[in-house]
Amino acid sequence: MTTADGLVTPPGKTAALSPARRRRRRVDALRGWLYLAPFLLAFGLFLIWPTIYGLWMSFTGTSLAGTNTQFVGLANWREALGDPQVWISLGNTAWFTVLSTIPLVLIAMFLAVLVNTGLPGQWFWRLSFFLPFLLASTVVSKFWNWMYNPQLGLVNTILGWFGITGPAWLQDPSTAMIAVVITTVWWTIGFNFLLYLAALQNIPDQLYEAASLDGAGTWQKFRSITLPQLAPTTVLVLVLQMLASLKVFDQIYQMTGGGPGGTTRPVLLYIYEVGFTGYRLGYASAISYIFFFLIIIVSIAYMVISARRSVKA
Amino acid sequence: MSAAQPTVAAPAAQLSTVPLARAKAITAAGHRRKGPAPARIAALIVLIVLALTWLTPVLWAALTSFKTEAEAAAMPVTIVPESGFTLDAYISVLREGLVPRWAWNSLYTSTLITLITVAISALAGYSLSRLRFAGREMVIALIVASIMIPGQILIVPLFHLMLSLNLVDTYWGIILPQTVAAPMVFILKKFFDQIPYELEEAALMDGASRMRIFRSIVLPLSRPILGAVAIFVFIGAWNNFLWPFIVVNDSDLMTLPTGLQTVISAYGIQYAQNMAQSMLAALPLIIVFMFFQRQIIKGISTTGIAGT
Repeated sequence: MTTADGLVTPPGKTAALSPARRRRRRVDALRGWLYLAPFLLAFGLFLIWPTIYGLWMSFTGTSLAGTNTQFVGLANWREALGDPQVWISLGNTAWFTVLSTIPLVLIAMFLAVLVNTGLPGQWFWRLSFFLPFLLASTVVSKFWNWMYNPQLGLVNTILGWFGITGPAWLQDPSTAMIAVVITTVWWTIGFNFLLYLAALQNIPDQLYEAASLDGAGTWQKFRSITLPQLAPTTVLVLVLQMLASLKVFDQIYQMTGGGPGGTTRPVLLYIYEVGFTGYRLGYASAISYIFFFLIIIVSIAYMVISARRSVKA
Repeated sequence: MSAAQPTVAAPAAQLSTVPLARAKAITAAGHRRKGPAPARIAALIVLIVLALTWLTPVLWAALTSFKTEAEAAAMPVTIVPESGFTLDAYISVLREGLVPRWAWNSLYTSTLITLITVAISALAGYSLSRLRFAGREMVIALIVASIMIPGQILIVPLFHLMLSLNLVDTYWGIILPQTVAAPMVFILKKFFDQIPYELEEAALMDGASRMRIFRSIVLPLSRPILGAVAIFVFIGAWNNFLWPFIVVNDSDLMTLPTGLQTVISAYGIQYAQNMAQSMLAALPLIIVFMFFQRQIIKGISTTGIAGT
């Protein structure tokens, strides 16, 4: 492998380099940091520092006004672990993740398989399924608040054609979560759809041809070729989707505000309420880091799984 | 990321070195493979139904936005505007509301975010790809690890930081935190890694400076990936709700998603106007999609670029 100055240099032989190359090495080192500097500055200031500072804040009683920054030790953490609202909102988040991830993986795969059969009008399918992904959460929420309007919304109007009286989707505790999940599936499926579509197109035709020659039927080909070939993508989509669902905030805040009665409130919304409506930034930070811990576990699990897969492959 | 995932770890160089014809074959879904006719007809019917279902919320919002306020609020519910198509809702929204102001704020902040992010990420990616210096590996490891940090947990300390910097309720308060795009640095680095070093080597031996090489050789070769990065950063910035929501309270400074969220009409909910606002807010990125469809789809398919 060539080194940065373009010539193969065995390790440990730096002293044998010509003065010109040694000079370039020093200048390159400086230049390396120089080019990196703007990013590192923003990175350090707006990502690393807040991460550390947030952790620090969780050990203080800081309020929204910036006052009250005295050290309180583990008080916030103890309170968070004992706060029923923390557990309820974690439960809501987990429930939302389960409810949304399954359709977002399966339906996306289904759509991609259908589209990949080579039907005309490819642009139309891509547009239909992917367009929602480009909409801001506010637009999505407004569209669906309108769809779910109990008297005037399209959902209940269509149900009415079949003689069914639709519920107040977003106000009824038994339907609110389902309603938000449906909206989320509609909104974000396009991304998973595209990932699956690309993966399907990467499956070599020869595999299918060989199977046809052996007399395999469509369903058999799907089960023995398509599904296994899609396995890596499925793992990726699954994990990305889980992580995204765990971080849900926007559409729930904008559609139900966490209600009714806190039945749809995810962890991030509770953190927001504690910190910005309840003014307790310190306490909000503690809850944030419990949540962060959860995210790390999922991320690490994914890395372990993909590392193991690549060893197998 | 393991090499077993063609969709994410695939060389981003696919974007630039794959000849256009082959790229078309890859992205034009399905023209390479056809199934038996009955299956295809069934698939077509199912697809049409599903596609129409997916378009329905947008169509319903659009139809509502063209109704009169009276009809939008009337029972029984009409699907198509029966008292005639009207632009009243749009006119009211554009004349009275802050939507144009918010649109401008979104355009201004998103553009700046995109320019700054692409610039600093390309520089950083190039540095990590080409230049050798002590601590380089550590920086790479730190950047990769930081991708695990969910931005949402930072809203509390970031807000506190913005308070101390006096950047709350300012454009820069919106812009600056959004210029940090660790995944983009990583994607760009991987792309630069793929560019044959001989090109730069030759120029170096001719006495060209690094910056000259970066600007005249590396950047032009990277146009597709830079374009993809720019598009996704722009889309992400435009649609970002949470951070502008936290950092800005002044209506005049709100971005489109944030401002839209605050709309509560003094006369109760005006459905047609509500939908008109939403359609107007949806329009800019729909237009972006029309123009950049191929890059957007390629970007997601080959690098999973919007996956955070």
